[in-house]
Amino acid sequence: MIYQNSKPLLEVRGLRATVNGIEILKGIDLTVRSGEVHAIMGTNGSGKSTFAKVLAGHSAYEVTGGTVMFEGKNLFELAPEERARAGVFLAFQYPIEIPGVANNQFLRLTYNTVQAQRGKDELDPLEFDDFVREKMKMLEMSPDFLDRSVNAGFSGGEKKRNEILQMALLEPRLAILDETDSGLDIDALRIVANGVNQLATKDNAIILVTHYQRLLNYIVPDYVHVMESGRIIKTGGKQLALDLETHGYDWVSIEQRAAAGA
Amino acid sequence: MSAVLQNLVNQPYKHGFVTEIESDVAPKGLNEDTIRMISAKKNEPEWLLEFRLKAYQQWLTMEEPQWPNVKYPKIDFQAISYYSAPKPRKKLGSMDEVDPELLRTFEKLGVPMHERAALAGVAVDVIFDSVSVATTYKQKLAEVGIIFGSISEAVHTHPDLVKQYLGTVVPVGDNYYATLNSAVFTDGSFCFIPKGVKCPMDLSTYFRINTEASGQFERTLIIAEEGASVSYLEGCTAPRFDTNQLHAAVVELVALDNADIKYSTVQNWYAGDENGIGGIFNFVTKRGLAKGINSRISWTQVETGSAITWKYPSCVLQGDNSVGEFYSVAVTNNHQQADTGTKMIHIGKNTRSTIVSKGISAGHSNNSYRGLVRIAPTAAGARNYSQCDSMLIGDQCSASTFPYIQVRNNSAIVEHEASTSKIGEDQLFYFAQRGIGNEEAVSMIINGFCKDVFQQLPMEFAVEATKLLGFKLEGSVG
Ligand SMILES: Nc1ncnc2c1ncn2[C@@H]1O[C@H](COP(=O)(O)OP(=O)(O)O)[C@@H](O)[C@H]1O
Ligand SMILES: [Mg+2]
Repeated sequence: MIYQNSKPLLEVRGLRATVNGIEILKGIDLTVRSGEVHAIMGTNGSGKSTFAKVLAGHSAYEVTGGTVMFEGKNLFELAPEERARAGVFLAFQYPIEIPGVANNQFLRLTYNTVQAQRGKDELDPLEFDDFVREKMKMLEMSPDFLDRSVNAGFSGGEKKRNEILQMALLEPRLAILDETDSGLDIDALRIVANGVNQLATKDNAIILVTHYQRLLNYIVPDYVHVMESGRIIKTGGKQLALDLETHGYDWVSIEQRAAAGA
Repeated sequence: MSAVLQNLVNQPYKHGFVTEIESDVAPKGLNEDTIRMISAKKNEPEWLLEFRLKAYQQWLTMEEPQWPNVKYPKIDFQAISYYSAPKPRKKLGSMDEVDPELLRTFEKLGVPMHERAALAGVAVDVIFDSVSVATTYKQKLAEVGIIFGSISEAVHTHPDLVKQYLGTVVPVGDNYYATLNSAVFTDGSFCFIPKGVKCPMDLSTYFRINTEASGQFERTLIIAEEGASVSYLEGCTAPRFDTNQLHAAVVELVALDNADIKYSTVQNWYAGDENGIGGIFNFVTKRGLAKGINSRISWTQVETGSAITWKYPSCVLQGDNSVGEFYSVAVTNNHQQADTGTKMIHIGKNTRSTIVSKGISAGHSNNSYRGLVRIAPTAAGARNYSQCDSMLIGDQCSASTFPYIQVRNNSAIVEHEASTSKIGEDQLFYFAQRGIGNEEAVSMIINGFCKDVFQQLPMEFAVEATKLLGFKLEGSVG
């Protein structure tokens, strides 16, 4: 929701980034304020995931230009784990499997790490177990997932739910959900979207990366951005997502090129 | 190589100091006179000298094995001193008579002795270079009939037992290094648990090589009579030298009917520096004979040290229904090489064995699992389950698995599973994205990977092993 006078949480200016020497992000500008929900849409390969991973600090990507401020501080001065502790959360498009590491241990460690950073109490295994089971109910997840290895052998949809479970535990300031909707059937989509909506407050913000309008029926964005070739080429309200659904991404590109030519 | 996985460095080795202590070191070189000298110094009976000389003659005809997947310069056996003992060698009545410098050494190493041993509830035998310097709890153990102490002492106090069992599990001519050991072994632990006695505490031996250019050849013999049981722990360290020291030990275990021997090792010999200079050559023969029905021999090892490890703790399952187990974590970093595994020889009916091997390689190291499962024609109903997992950290290291399976009885069931995984940059990024730094992430992944083995260790040892692993791999991801 757009609030009057809310503070900018994330300010991206002219962000450029390369991977293996190839420029993928070619000057991104984006401002996200507390309370807002932004959708970033775009065709496959337009750079959405790259943008998300650059914000989270993946070492494979080199930032070659521009600035990113998070809560008024230079995000690039923080190591990836420090960004996470400061409240930047990325729900991965493809959550990686970590065989041998029990999900409950992992979840408790990440929860306690972030709690400690916030000067709040850490939970012992028993307390945490109660706490996490509550959160799992909200996502209609079976407690069986606690005893399994992190993401190992989870179906695509189960992995996505496990990501949102972590979002629910960590209560980030800025959550970037990278195609959390893909791989979810319609019931799961509703459950996950419900969960995300419950987590949205006026003090945090959400960036939804998706290329389907479908998700946006459940989580209504305040802004919709269209990304192409590493740039945001158009920004609008929620209507833009519906227009894209009707006309396709080509329509924006053509419109942009026409505008540029004019 | 990725940025995150770069920066492979070994932490400085904590146990690398040398104790300033006067030692009685034999001149370098090996011949019959050296052996006679060792035997004389230890005032040994004639039969033991003959045992040694027979081994030596056999050794002269043998060749160093070439099959292990390790590379090292040829060892000059004439450049090694075969005897080194801390002076003075007067008989020690109690721990208080041990050279205080020695005691400080073991304190530095965190070996429980004195009251600390009492607190830990562990009986400790300490082997410094070639000789046993102290054994705690002897008295208390003697009350239940357990004999625990140095083997050279046992040769005098219980010659019949030593004579009856020595070389029965690892025969004199077994393999190159074992045969060398039979010729020149200087000391080691001896442990005898009489019929029906469950050893009331863990027994522990702590090995330390202190003198440069001395070899350590210890010989351990553990016998559990009918219905007896014992849990035995072994730890080892060595100072940091730029030269390589040779460690060629032999361990023999004998379990009679319904007896149970659990042998746990945390091996942390000096591994050489980050360029592969120095470190211990660890060529060890460990074998248990599950001689009686329903007997059990269980090996658990956490191998983190040594420049080269060549070691296959094995079980000969002779008694019907006997059980053999091998649980192993082998970690190599920098330029370390390990070729380790086990042999399970099924002879008796319905014998069962379990092999769980976890190899972790980092740096430029090379880590091989080599295991033999042999089911003899007599071993009807035998079963084996083997699981060999390798984990790679970085992309300069390697892991290999060499399973040998020989089944000569149709009713046997043999299962083998293997996997190789890698701690990838994306896994570490996932942890980081959840606020967890690389060191902690690696430790969590490694501990998860080793869980099945660590569970087998006695509590204090498991804690030590976990710490050691963290320490060992600290800085192996940047
Ligand atoms: N690690 C990488 N190595 C090489 N190319 C990459 C890498 N990551 C992303 N790319 C390329 O960057 C472009 C954008 O990818 P991505 O950000 O995943 O797009 P999206 O999420 O919008 O589908 C694609 O052309 C992709 O192939
Ligand atoms: Mg993507």
